[in-house]
Amino acid sequence: MNRTQKQSRFAIACLKAVAGFVVLILAFLIGYIFITGLPNVSWHFLTSPAKAFNAGGGIWIQLFNSFYLLVLAMIISLPIALGAAIYLNEYATDNWFTAAIKTSIEILSSLPSVVVGLFGFLLFVVQFNYGFSILSGALTLTIFNLPLLTRNIEDSLANVSDDQRQGGLGLGLSKYETIIHIVVPASLPGIISGIILCSGRVFGEAAALIYTAGQSAPALNFMDWNPFNIDSPLSPLRPAETLAVHIWKINSEGIMPDLTQVSSGSAAVLVLAILIFNLSARFVGRKVFERMTSVK
Amino acid sequence: MIMENQKLAKQLMKKSKTARYERFGRLLSLSALLLIMAIVLGIIVFVASKGLGTFFKDGISFKDFFTGTLWNPGTKTPSGQQAVGALPMIVGSFLVTILAALLSTPFAIGTAVYMTEISPKRGAKILQPVTELLVGIPSVVYGFIGLSVVVPFVRNTFGGSGFGILSGTFVLFVMILPTIVSMTVDSLKGVPKFYRQASLALGATKWQTIWKVVLRAATPGILTAVVFGMARAFGEALAVQMVIGNAALMPQNLTSPASTLTSVLTAGMGNTVMGSLQNDALWSLALVLLVMSLFFNLVVHMIGRKGAFKK
Repeated sequence: MNRTQKQSRFAIACLKAVAGFVVLILAFLIGYIFITGLPNVSWHFLTSPAKAFNAGGGIWIQLFNSFYLLVLAMIISLPIALGAAIYLNEYATDNWFTAAIKTSIEILSSLPSVVVGLFGFLLFVVQFNYGFSILSGALTLTIFNLPLLTRNIEDSLANVSDDQRQGGLGLGLSKYETIIHIVVPASLPGIISGIILCSGRVFGEAAALIYTAGQSAPALNFMDWNPFNIDSPLSPLRPAETLAVHIWKINSEGIMPDLTQVSSGSAAVLVLAILIFNLSARFVGRKVFERMTSVK
Repeated sequence: MIMENQKLAKQLMKKSKTARYERFGRLLSLSALLLIMAIVLGIIVFVASKGLGTFFKDGISFKDFFTGTLWNPGTKTPSGQQAVGALPMIVGSFLVTILAALLSTPFAIGTAVYMTEISPKRGAKILQPVTELLVGIPSVVYGFIGLSVVVPFVRNTFGGSGFGILSGTFVLFVMILPTIVSMTVDSLKGVPKFYRQASLALGATKWQTIWKVVLRAATPGILTAVVFGMARAFGEALAVQMVIGNAALMPQNLTSPASTLTSVLTAGMGNTVMGSLQNDALWSLALVLLVMSLFFNLVVHMIGRKGAFKK
């Protein structure tokens, strides 16, 4: 074996080691989170409210807030992202206007989430006077979510073959009718996967929420589902600390004695939820596709 | 007869129901897009107007802000100026970003090369999901692990409190790794197959092909990936804030407590009153953050244009 071959072998061995190291990092992270965290997760932990000064608090309200904010943010951002993606993929021509729009979406997607959170604070909390509330949080998360969701939907629209569009137009449908009745349904599996993937990202976001949805989780009355009462779980104007914010909050200034247990348990629940989101994104998309096209 | 013709003409000239529906749909989707654009402009205008207030309303000079090393808005420096020197945070932010990128890039490129050139099958089966999972882990969880693993490790190995630039670098290293890996993989996949075939046919070894042909051809894409990783590191708030120590001092060494733009922002915004100097100074930090984010975007665009030109 000559020198260059030896060199090649050596380099490739190094690359393998590097790749192995990256896998090890993930294995360590996931292992650490679950091994230290899951023993602290119990039914009681998931269903009881947090305690600020005593041990034995849970994360029920934070968990509920996280899901409620996620659902609200998705309901607000989906129509906007869908509309934007439809225009970008179906109508936009290659001109300066489209370029400007694409650039602004790129800028929005690369903005630090603190900056988005501060903008939400300035506009929704202070200017619109919504205070630290679910509403401010959901609107801020919408801004945070829009660029990625738009891009995901745009990609799945682009994956629909042009034959489908020509079929619709050939049958005499207008362009918009073709899009709404043919292209969007055909890309539904991709859109659903995109929504679930974005959900994972929104679910774990904290920096954008600290100054919009607030850092406190007041007690809720789970018998009262009237959204206009302030202690109802559905009330959009109550402050709502999410699970991700909770982890940050107790680690920066928490004083409960079982701080490590609570935060490792919360981290395990958070990562588990995101793992479920990521896995189901593939699974659900494929299932929807199979059902819609009867392709097995 | 003429009357009827005119009526018919009128009917034909009118837009059909479908055409109106078409216009409505087009306008609807366009307005969604314009809304996004308005949000982006809104963010820039709002943050800029608040951030510039420090300089124009409170009369702090740019020089004091960017070169002062004493940060305690509301009090005065020994020489009698307002203590709003943001240099410690700016240095902290740049230091963690650059160190994390330096540490991450070789690992990321190595992993990406393994995934595309050496073992594409294992790459797609194991490493692809691994990078996706790493991207998905929320930043507070990184911060929590940093706090409970990295900080004690740094404390025991290098001394000090364990909070500081070094801990921040380690946390950011793991956080930006998957971003750089996945984008580098995309750019390596974009290198045409016949480049590799031509190189191998000339008698180059696999490594020579990777080093001298594939990586060279993919350089613009790899640079873009690194810049994206740096942008993520620069803007990352909570994970860094949890491990860096949050002391607005010039970093003496890598293990002394320091702070970044984002850490001071998240820690301080809640404790200040809107419109006060303390608050305005924080908005100026946010503006620096925003400008840097725009700058990273610009760099990506420029690399893209240069890279495209070469092909």
